[in-house]
Amino acid sequence: MGVATAASMPVAERIWRRFTPEQRFTRFVVYLVIVASIVLSIRSVEVIPEFLADAPEQVVDLLKRMWPIDWPHYPDTVHAALMETIHIASLGTLLALVLALPVGILAAHNLVPFVPINLLAKLILVSSRSVNSLVWALLFVGIFGPGALAGTLAIGFRSIGFVGKLFGEALEESQIGPIEALKAAGSPWRSVLAYGYWPQVKPSFWSIALFRWDINVRESAVLGLVGAGGIGMALDSALNLFQWDRVALILFAIFAVVILAEIVVTQVRKRVI
Amino acid sequence: MNTVAALPADPFQRSVWPRVAAVALLVYVIYAAAQMEISWERVQTGLYNAQRFFGRLFPPNFSRWELLAKGLVESLEIAVLASTLGILLALPIGLAAARNLMPPWVTWPARLIIVMARSFHPVIVAILFVKAVGFGALAGILALTVASVGFIGKLFTEAIEEISLKQVEAVRATGAPFASVLWFGVLPQVFSRFIGFATYQLDSNLRNSTMVGIVGAGGIGGTLFAAFQRFDYDFVCAILISIISLIMIGEVLATAVRRIFIEHATVADLFRAGGAASRERHLEDD
Amino acid sequence: MLSLRGLSKSYVRGKPVLTDINLEIAARGITAIIGPSGTGKSTLIRCINRLVEPTAGEILFDGEDLTKLSGTALRHARRHIGMVFQEYNLVERLTVMENLLSGRLGYVSSWQAWRRKFPREDLRKAYELLDVVGLSGFANRRADALSGGQRQRVGIARAVMQEPRLLLADEPTSSLDPKTSVEIMQLLADVGRAREIPVLINMHDVELAKRFADRIVGMSEGRVIFDGPPPQLDDDMLKRIYGGENWLQ
Repeated sequence: MGVATAASMPVAERIWRRFTPEQRFTRFVVYLVIVASIVLSIRSVEVIPEFLADAPEQVVDLLKRMWPIDWPHYPDTVHAALMETIHIASLGTLLALVLALPVGILAAHNLVPFVPINLLAKLILVSSRSVNSLVWALLFVGIFGPGALAGTLAIGFRSIGFVGKLFGEALEESQIGPIEALKAAGSPWRSVLAYGYWPQVKPSFWSIALFRWDINVRESAVLGLVGAGGIGMALDSALNLFQWDRVALILFAIFAVVILAEIVVTQVRKRVI
Repeated sequence: MNTVAALPADPFQRSVWPRVAAVALLVYVIYAAAQMEISWERVQTGLYNAQRFFGRLFPPNFSRWELLAKGLVESLEIAVLASTLGILLALPIGLAAARNLMPPWVTWPARLIIVMARSFHPVIVAILFVKAVGFGALAGILALTVASVGFIGKLFTEAIEEISLKQVEAVRATGAPFASVLWFGVLPQVFSRFIGFATYQLDSNLRNSTMVGIVGAGGIGGTLFAAFQRFDYDFVCAILISIISLIMIGEVLATAVRRIFIEHATVADLFRAGGAASRERHLEDD
Repeated sequence: MLSLRGLSKSYVRGKPVLTDINLEIAARGITAIIGPSGTGKSTLIRCINRLVEPTAGEILFDGEDLTKLSGTALRHARRHIGMVFQEYNLVERLTVMENLLSGRLGYVSSWQAWRRKFPREDLRKAYELLDVVGLSGFANRRADALSGGQRQRVGIARAVMQEPRLLLADEPTSSLDPKTSVEIMQLLADVGRAREIPVLINMHDVELAKRFADRIVGMSEGRVIFDGPPPQLDDDMLKRIYGGENWLQ
C-alpha cells in the first residue's frame, strides 16, 4: 500500500510519503470535484439581495409576533394532535420493523446466498430510503385520503429502508463460528436463524428500533403539512392564518415531545441494551 | 444431581418480562389504531383507490424535463452548499462542545446550540427561514445548514470525547502548541469517523433538499408539490424516479469517497469488485 | 466406517491444498492428524462434514458417499457427525443449556426449537452430559461468562448431544493453556471410548498427540506421509513432517 520497503532502497532515495502516487491522484480528483461543485453552486444559486437585506427586520418581526406564546389554546387544538403524532410515529415504526425483518434477511448474502434476491431486496431498501417521508405521505394521502392512516403508512414505508439496511449490516457482521457449528450439527436453516443469528443481532435490532422511533417522532410532526395527520396539520392551519403565536406554541410542543422521546430512548437504552 | 423425575419445570429460566412487554405492545397497537380511526374498511377502500392511483402514475411523463432538470440541479446545489457550510460550522462548534478538551463555560453553550439545531425537522426550520429571507434556495440552504450542524456537531463531539487522551498527552509532552496538539493528537483519531458522517450528512442533505421545496425553500420539492396539487400524477412519477436515481447516485459517490479516504483506495481499486471477502474461508492461510 | 478416497482440495486452481488423500478410519479409536500450519489438516477435517467442499474424491461414511449429498440429505448425515472447534463456536449470548440443546436442532422442528420445547429425553441427556463434562450446575450460565476450558467442555457436550457416530475435532486445544489442554484431550478420549465412536482430531501439539492418540497421521504439503501408532513416530519422521532442523532438541 505505501512505499517500497525501506531496506531495499538506497539511503538517498528513502523519502517518506504518506500515499502512493495513485492514491494522491485519486484524492486530488475528489478534492477537485468538491471544490468545483461548491464554486459552481455558489455562482448559480439565486439570492435576491433585497430579501437578504430585509432578513434581520423580518426575523425581529417574526419573533415579536410569536410572543406571547398562545398557551391557553393548547388543550383544545394542540394536545390531541400531539398524541396523534406520537401514535403515528410508534405504529409506523412497528410496521417498519415487521416488514424490514424479512427484507433485511433476504438482503444479507451470508443468509440468503442468491445474488439476484439480495439485489432485489437491497433495491427495495434503497428505494424506501430514497423517498422522503413527506413524499411517501403525499403518495399515501393520494391513495387513502388525508389523515393519520396515510401518515402511519408513510412513516412505516420510509423506515423499512433504514431498519432493513442497518439490520442487514448487523446480520452480515455476525460471527460465523457459531453458525458453522449449528450447520455442522445438521440444523435446518430456520433454526440456524433462530439460534445462531438472532441472539447475535438482538441488541443491534432493538438499538436500531429505538433509534428509528426517535427519528420518526421528529418526522411525524411535519407530515401534517401535506395532510397526513398529526400536529403538522395544526401547524399548517396556523401558518396559513398567520397565527404566529400559535405557531410558536406548536413549535414549542414539538420541541418538548422530541426532548421527551430522547430521554425515553436514553433510559431504555441504559436498562435494556 | 437431576434424576429423570426431577427435571426443573423451566430448564431455560426465561424471564417473564419479554412476554409482558409483547402483550403491552399489542394492547397499545389496538388502542392507537382505534384512536386514529384506522379500520380495515378504510384500508380496503384505500387499496381500491391505489389501483386507480397507480394507473395514473404510469407511464411517467418526462416531457417537462427542463423544469425537472432545473429543480434537480437546484436541489443538488442546496445540498452541496448546506453541507459545506454545515461542516465548516460544525467543526469548531463540535470541538467547543467536547467536554474532555474544553471548560464547561465553553461546552454548555456549544452543546445547547447543537441540541437546538437537531431538535427541529429541517422542513420546520425551512418554514422559518422562508419567512426570514424569502422564498428560494437560500432558505433551503440555511435550513439544511442548521440540520447539518446539529448532526455533524453531535457526532463530531462524541468522536472527540471517545479519543484516547494518552495520544493527546504524548503530543502535548513534546511541547507542541495547542493547534499542533489538535492536528497531530486529536484529529487523526477522529478523521475517518468524520469522513463517515460527513458523507452521510451530504447524502441526507441531498434527500432533504429534494423536499424543502414543498414549503418554498427551493429545489425540486416545489415542482413535485405543484404537480401533485394539479393531479399531474404522471409528471409526479417522473420526478420521483429522478429523485430516487439522484439519491442512489449520491450514495454510490458517498461510498466511493469513504473508500478513498478511509481505506486509501485508488481509482483502480474502486472499479475492482467491491471488497466482499471470498465466501470460502482459506483455512490454511494463517 | 469412514473412508477417504482420493480426496483433493484446491482453493485456488493449480495450487492444491490436499492431494489424493486416502484414509480408512476404523469404528473405534482416537486418531490424531498432525503437521505444520498450512498443510491442509483443517481442510481435511472440514471436508468430511463438507463445511469445505472437496474438489475431488469420495468420502464414504457408513457406506454413504457424503460428497454426493445435498440439502436435507446432507443435513441428516451431518447429524451423525459431531464437531468440536478451536474457537468453541458457542452462541455467546445463549445459556449453556441452550447451547447444549442446539446439538439437537437437526432433530426438532424450528418452531419447537424457537419455543424451547425440546423432548424430555433430550433435557435429561443434557443434564447427564453436564455432569459428564464436569459442568453440573452451569446449565443457566451464559456462554460468554465461561472460561475457555469450560466453553470447550460445552462444545464437546453439544457435539455428544447429537449422539454422533463420528466425532471430529479441529484444533480443539489450540486456544487453551497446557493444563486445560490435557483435560480437554482426556475428555475427548473418554467420550470416544465410552460411546465407542471414532474420534478424529486435528492438532499441532505433537506431545499431546502421542499421549492420547491410538493412531497418528502425519501430513506434509497436502499429503499423508506418516500413518501409524505413536511409538513409530520418531524424530526423523517428525523432521520430515515439519521440515526444518533446529526445532527438535
